[in-house]
Amino acid sequence: MANSLAWKRYNRRMIWLSLLYCAFLLPAVYGFKHELVLGWAAYLVAILPALPIIGIFGAIGRYLVEEQDEYVRMLMVRQTLWASGIALSVATVWGFLENFELVGHPEFYWIAVLWFGGFGIGGCINRLTLGAPVRC
Amino acid sequence: MENRLRVLRAARGWSQADLASRLEVSRQSVNAIETGKYDPSLPLAFRIAELFESPIEDVFVSPSRRSSAAI
Repeated sequence: MANSLAWKRYNRRMIWLSLLYCAFLLPAVYGFKHELVLGWAAYLVAILPALPIIGIFGAIGRYLVEEQDEYVRMLMVRQTLWASGIALSVATVWGFLENFELVGHPEFYWIAVLWFGGFGIGGCINRLTLGAPVRC
Repeated sequence: MENRLRVLRAARGWSQADLASRLEVSRQSVNAIETGKYDPSLPLAFRIAELFESPIEDVFVSPSRRSSAAI
């Protein structure tokens, strides 16, 4: 049950979404660097790498719906709560620092990066407090 | 929540993995319940009690009864 059907599906989705992310990001970087995309196509190409990331959030939600083991599901919920708490806290602090012109303005997608960092921290906290294996 | 899961399981000679497979949960779930790190939902608690053919209060110790016994 540690590798439940839901967990296998989750991993499979993560692999495909990660591959899709690379497939969208690399051409987008190349295209913009060499000024190959213009007009409405530029918006489309710029948004494409964001879609697999949104898909990863969806895959986590899907896993929570599909996982039948309530304890394992609770571990994942705890992890996502840590991730959200950390990402929102850092964003709030950064927002005030930026408001008072003490720091610069980073791209918004760093919130997602922070969230994934918090997700990893949440896994470590599960490990430390409940002895649960770290899962990401 | 305190419980007698380990005792009941040992009486039947089951490992945590055996119990987990009978309950269709992970071994880590059984371990977490046994060690009191996780309180199962009511449906799972009933499933455990039914598996051991015992009333639920023979498997799980009511926290309120436990505290009143301490008084």
